[in-house]
Amino acid sequence: MERTYEAVEQILRKYNYRRENLVKILLEVQKLHRYLSKDVIHYVAVALQLPPAKVYGVATFYAQFSLKPKGEYTILICDGTACHMEGSMSLIKAIEEEIGIKPGEVTKDLKFSLDCVGCLGACALAPAMVINDEVYGNLTPEKVKEILRSLRGDGDAQKSN
Amino acid sequence: MLRNLTEAYEFIEKQKEIRNAKLRNLSVYICVGTGCSAKGAQKVYRKFQEVLEREKLSVNVFKMDDAHEGIVRKTGCCGRCSSGPLVVVQPYGYFYAHVGVDDVEKIVERTLKRGEIVEELLLIDFETNERVKSLEDTQLYKRQNFYIMEDIGKSECDSIEDYMGRGGYSSLLKVLSSMKPEEVIETIKASGLRGRGGGGFPTGLKWEATRKSKSDVKFVVCNGDEGDPGAFMNRTLLERDPHLVLEGMIIAAYAVGAQKGYAYVRAEYPIAIQMLQKAIEDARRLGLLGENILGTGFSFDLEIKEGAGAFVCGEETALLASIEGKRGMPRPRPPYPAQAGLWGYPTLINNVETYANVPRIIRDGVEKYRKLGTPGSPGTKMFSVTGPVKMTGIVEVQFGTTLRQIIFDICGGLLNNEKIKAVQIGGPSGACLSVEHLDMPLDYDTLKSVDAMVGSGGIVVISEKTCMVEVARFFLDFTKRESCGKCVPCREGTAQAYRILEKFVNAKASEEDLKNLEFLAKLIKTASLCGLGKTAPNPILSTLRWFRSEYEAHLRGICPSGSCTAFKKYVIDEKLCKGCGLCARSCPNGAISGERGKPYVIDPEKCVKCGLCVEKCRFKAIKVA
Repeated sequence: MERTYEAVEQILRKYNYRRENLVKILLEVQKLHRYLSKDVIHYVAVALQLPPAKVYGVATFYAQFSLKPKGEYTILICDGTACHMEGSMSLIKAIEEEIGIKPGEVTKDLKFSLDCVGCLGACALAPAMVINDEVYGNLTPEKVKEILRSLRGDGDAQKSN
Repeated sequence: MLRNLTEAYEFIEKQKEIRNAKLRNLSVYICVGTGCSAKGAQKVYRKFQEVLEREKLSVNVFKMDDAHEGIVRKTGCCGRCSSGPLVVVQPYGYFYAHVGVDDVEKIVERTLKRGEIVEELLLIDFETNERVKSLEDTQLYKRQNFYIMEDIGKSECDSIEDYMGRGGYSSLLKVLSSMKPEEVIETIKASGLRGRGGGGFPTGLKWEATRKSKSDVKFVVCNGDEGDPGAFMNRTLLERDPHLVLEGMIIAAYAVGAQKGYAYVRAEYPIAIQMLQKAIEDARRLGLLGENILGTGFSFDLEIKEGAGAFVCGEETALLASIEGKRGMPRPRPPYPAQAGLWGYPTLINNVETYANVPRIIRDGVEKYRKLGTPGSPGTKMFSVTGPVKMTGIVEVQFGTTLRQIIFDICGGLLNNEKIKAVQIGGPSGACLSVEHLDMPLDYDTLKSVDAMVGSGGIVVISEKTCMVEVARFFLDFTKRESCGKCVPCREGTAQAYRILEKFVNAKASEEDLKNLEFLAKLIKTASLCGLGKTAPNPILSTLRWFRSEYEAHLRGICPSGSCTAFKKYVIDEKLCKGCGLCARSCPNGAISGERGKPYVIDPEKCVKCGLCVEKCRFKAIKVA
């Protein structure tokens, strides 16, 4: 997936550079980039002849927009009481070993991003994690590594850090 | 492309014939509403395709996407989401529930080839516990008043031809050929239709005000920003019959003199957006939208605007700001949108369901329409029912139906013989009603008299197991997050009210907090700028009014329903404890101590009430008090 400004420009053109389409434009740009970067917000603001603050205002107002990079696969590790007991920390460590990111970070190739959440409500499956709405339970560090490898869809364990 | 009214009338007649022929033939209708799709309706559809391809039977399978050749259509939501995926076989009318991929062969073999019923797939009626042959035989069906949702299980939701075959767009033709805009408005006024978005403002008056505003440019807007947790009837309506809403909008545009319209739908409703988009394109193709509609000189076009996730955008002035591409912040009224709305031009804004009523009123006439419902609230209302009831989904009943009828007679009462404690109606801006209100006939005015509102029409059933303070906290958590922050009473007030409610559920509240909470709730209601703030305290005020004893019990250190964790005490039963120490080893906070071989004890100070020890103990020695 190319993340170029050419593609952003195409979206802007599609909506005739009209300000009232700002929400639609941002939604489409986010589909392309998976989040709204500072640069993109400035770019869109210049194109629509709006102050960047206005565009920021819209981007922070609606729940659908994220200003932080997200990976193609967003990993949520549950750190609720039960999962914590069953060793969620070791899963986080395993993820770091495998793809080199800590909670709140995203891999350089934007394949994976990692976040911790209070409780996923899957305590019966502790320790659990969710990747793009798919719930994985009863995990071990080994299992997590395997899942990541299969999602990366390659046998070579190329580190992206 | 239909060039004039005569052609349009002929087209409708032709479609009626085609549709009747179709219903006489063998056809399988699969419900593809969001509920059934989530349960695998798509897979069932594909399996039908596969089996029929192999068997070479001439059956029209109705379904989702147009990628298939042959006649591919789908039927909209039947309202029985908890029994999905649903399949109706015409012309027999057999109604199969919970159809899995493995059942497809059976249906093809026995029903399609031999016309027999597949007994084991029929729906079991909750009252008689017997299997019911067709949708029309279910108690659920008999006790509702399907009006907006007529033709359940016999309609295709993505085909303009089928809609016209059901007599669709006849109302538009009637209006264009024989009614002046003023007459249309008079009809709507006489029908007594009230806004279905929740407020219940008389629709005719709104139309009249927009008509009277002098301007060359006017807009018509459809409010499909259904942000309430627990409400999904607008989505259902757009998915099952988008043309009905569309026709209502075109008639409205004609009546108020608008040239352009916007349908504002949440981005969270991808299927609804897809359906509406296709409906708009089909209507353009036939010349029912666009320049000079059917040669009458009236022009109107429509586009969809996606909302990006903000509850406040359901408020009309906020919604208009959002369409203009700004932050969805409300502004003070007047001027009302009817005088100055989108970009300052007069704008008519109605809810999805309000528009859906319009073609029906024109078709049936005022008198027949007013037969449904109560004198003050004519017509029907769709409600979405959730919570621990046997049948969750969409119901449509006339105004004046009681909550008891909806919950017990139509939805089959509560699961596992739980007792009903309260009913939450109207979402975060609605109220919690107690058991004594179950027999109150529902309409705008009776609900208002008990400080509740119809709201969007979400009904959440609450059983004995749920704590009312926690319910209030949940809704305040929602409104606190969704408050747009423009006015102080709502922005700060909801946050403070939420903090007080948190104190209640965490067993830290005092008498003072109760006083403050009541004062604060009334203040937010009085001083807020828009509907969100004005109604945000409703869950608090209504629970204080009908369930005050629960708040007071929380002050005394008891949670009557036993659901607030903070009030739980974990104790080890000395008689049962063998002293193995497993619980102490697994306690995350080191709250359990003791000597091996003797009963252990839990230190309540350190205990975080996670319940892990209860799970671990093999002797069931740990009790929750």
